[in-house]
Amino acid sequence: MKNKEPLILVVVVFFALVTYYLVEPFAHHQMHKHVESEDFAYTDLPALTKKGDATRGKDLVMGAGGCTGCHAISKAGMPAPMDAVTSAGAYGVNPPDLSNAGSVYDAKFLASLIKNPAHALMVEHKFDPEKGKMHPMVPFYGAGGDMEQEVSDMVAYLQSIAPKGEKLTPAMAFETACGRCHAVHYEKWTQIGTKPSFKKKQDELAFDTSVLDYQDSLKAYMGKLPPDLSIYIRSRGEHYIKTFMENPQNYLKGTAMPRVGVNAESADKVIEYLEDSGDTKRHEREEVGKNVMIYIVIFAIFALLWKKQVWKDLH
Amino acid sequence: MKSNSRRGFMGKAFGAVAGIGAIGSLYAMKKSWDPLPSVKAAGFTTLDMSAYNENELVTEKWRGKPIFVLKLNADMLKAMKSKKNDMDRLIKVDGSHYMVTIGLCTHLGCIPGYDPDETSFLCACHGGMYDASGDVTKAPPPRGLDIPPFKIDGTKLVLGEEGSEYKAMKENGITL
Amino acid sequence: MAHFTKATSVKDWFDQRLAVEKVEKVMMSEYWIPKNINFLWAMGMVLVITFALLLVSGIFLLMYYQPNVNLAFDSVNYTIMREVDFGWLWRHVHGVAASVVFLIIYIHMFTGIYYGSYKKGREMIWISGMLLFVAFSAEAFSGYMLPWGQMSYWAGMVITNLFAGGSLHADGLVEWIRGDYVPAQAFLTRFFMLHVLLIPLAIMGLIGLHFAALRIPHVNNQDGEEIDFDVESEKYLAGKKAESKVMRFANDFMAKDMMVVGIYLVFFFYLVFYNYGFAMDPVNFDPADGLKTPAHIYPEWYFLWSYEILRPFDTDTGLIAFAFAQVIFVLLPFLDRSPNTVPANRRGLFAVWFWVMLVNMIVLTAMGKLPPAGIFSTIGLVSAILFIVMWIALPFITKFEKKV
Repeated sequence: MKNKEPLILVVVVFFALVTYYLVEPFAHHQMHKHVESEDFAYTDLPALTKKGDATRGKDLVMGAGGCTGCHAISKAGMPAPMDAVTSAGAYGVNPPDLSNAGSVYDAKFLASLIKNPAHALMVEHKFDPEKGKMHPMVPFYGAGGDMEQEVSDMVAYLQSIAPKGEKLTPAMAFETACGRCHAVHYEKWTQIGTKPSFKKKQDELAFDTSVLDYQDSLKAYMGKLPPDLSIYIRSRGEHYIKTFMENPQNYLKGTAMPRVGVNAESADKVIEYLEDSGDTKRHEREEVGKNVMIYIVIFAIFALLWKKQVWKDLH
Repeated sequence: MKSNSRRGFMGKAFGAVAGIGAIGSLYAMKKSWDPLPSVKAAGFTTLDMSAYNENELVTEKWRGKPIFVLKLNADMLKAMKSKKNDMDRLIKVDGSHYMVTIGLCTHLGCIPGYDPDETSFLCACHGGMYDASGDVTKAPPPRGLDIPPFKIDGTKLVLGEEGSEYKAMKENGITL
Repeated sequence: MAHFTKATSVKDWFDQRLAVEKVEKVMMSEYWIPKNINFLWAMGMVLVITFALLLVSGIFLLMYYQPNVNLAFDSVNYTIMREVDFGWLWRHVHGVAASVVFLIIYIHMFTGIYYGSYKKGREMIWISGMLLFVAFSAEAFSGYMLPWGQMSYWAGMVITNLFAGGSLHADGLVEWIRGDYVPAQAFLTRFFMLHVLLIPLAIMGLIGLHFAALRIPHVNNQDGEEIDFDVESEKYLAGKKAESKVMRFANDFMAKDMMVVGIYLVFFFYLVFYNYGFAMDPVNFDPADGLKTPAHIYPEWYFLWSYEILRPFDTDTGLIAFAFAQVIFVLLPFLDRSPNTVPANRRGLFAVWFWVMLVNMIVLTAMGKLPPAGIFSTIGLVSAILFIVMWIALPFITKFEKKV
């Protein structure tokens, strides 16, 4: 009697794989369009032509540039002009602290943003000067000299004060690039900062109230409240999030979410932060997975050997 | 069943491998039963000792349990000094003496009531009594009120951490 | 009072009171299994192991899961996945096992159809097996509600809406099932009850019935040959193990069972650690929102063929077709009019019927996942009609089958 088991196995595996292919990769390809990443090259933005000088840049940022009128730069000892909740009430959003901007954002993006915020952020469909709607950030119109040089200087200054490499942690990258609009409650992150622990209930409620007030302003400014990103790494995945950050219009045409403008290195850190939030045990999973796979292969081998021994005199 | 040792060895070997897997699984199960990190982190309470008044019992909370904090006045202290054991039960913070104990009767766990006129505790469940240092003065409690692990930090007391004073109390058998 | 003697050993003590030796013979060492079988015969044991994995992982999830609409999502994705030691492992095992169990069930079912293991005396095995399929389906559905994600909520909404019966407009019934106008707290807790207590009890009872139904007819074999188990077992017990057509369940059959289980577990744990996305759909990682339906909504893969039979038609026709699809498999032993208990490849037209049915179910599954548009909805409609036509044709095909 011919042993049909190899053929049966092939048939079963074949049909299982065909079903898997059709239901998973094929169907997902049909349902979701694939967007190619441009690796944060920002090809639509012009390259910087001048080499920036950080000292001149500092004078501009603190002076003629007018940046510190709205932006805090805590690294340089410049406090925020208003608290987050009041700022959001006034402008719609809380202007970010610029301490980390130099290493979180792409240089071309920063330069373009300083000159034309709505364009760099890709929100011109929302902030159209012709329709009378101006972006809350006033563009830099120059300080009397060569504007390209001045902008390069300001970017150079921001880069000089920003923490680089290991000093810019995933949490810092996320909080700078995304945290003013997106909460991550799994990491106790709210749009106005990490929620501390409170001894008195009144203090906790006061904090929660501030967050809600801020969120109301944000909702009015954006049209709807930006979602909590705690588990987004599992619901959207790395590729989607990265290509979304590169250009939100890729996936949500007409959205009020601005292009984030992070450089490739910071994008990786943002992803790592989101993984720490939504896929915390990934390292343990890999470690345990390796050990379990080794064990289960040994288990299968021993089972096979036992079967052979028992069946020796059955054939 | 089959007891042919030559034949049966592979079965036993397989059984052993399966057993290793079972033990691994039991280990993971035991770990899943452990208290969560958030529970263990919540096991510390900080008390501001400057906020208490003399001979006024305040009940705080630590790890879900009531904690008696009683600041002793001069008369209460004088009574204590005659009984060395009782002085050893007190905690000195910033010049004042305090009784800090777990507010559960060591007999069967009821919360004793404090009488400031008598400066003593009476447990309503079975009539046990303690003095102002938490030492037993009337049966049936088997020992004085237990002292929680504590660490003196300036004018604050951190419950849940073991400072040198607490370790000394444990060594001298003042508390379990 | 029965007669008891002084026990000669611990085994004897139990034997006098519980007849353990007799039980062991009947269930294990003298439960005779044909030798002429292949690895597909091990699917039953694979299902038992998978069910055990679901039970054990379920127990640890149950320790931390909160069946409250405000807490459920985070109790799973924060507490269990982040805080509980190995919580992520139980969740992954539970999710993957819940999906893979249906792959094994379908393999097991189609093995039975191919070899005619539902015919002539084995009808109750088939019927109890189909009842198990229904019970596992209900268990999977109720379990899917629990994380209270977007898919949980909208699957709950859609499936309970089926009970409105189309033109019957039995909205009152739908609200009664939900315990509310929409899936809300009452809905969640009652499906929690079903998932954790009632359906597992039903499954365990049905497994008992399924095993009992198998014991007397005995396990089938690759040729459908009717074996005289008394004669063959005598040969075996007389020492002629190689000559005999049968073997012991324990340890002979179990050794092969365990080998297949071992290989299966390598595949299973690979999925648990490295490829689990198919079992934990990304859409369910969005918390439930009653005011927003996801752009793409679909059931778990194992329900897709059924879903695709419902979809192409108008409401009432679709519901009738859907009900037909749920029930028709149970009737297989009675719709198959041929007396032949042989594998399908020796049954002429029935072999064609088998392979076309299998491929059609896969096509229905694939179409069920896709948005109902263009060529895909046409294929889906054709496949759904083909499914119904094939079942109606079965009695005729088999009535004229040549006797083997």
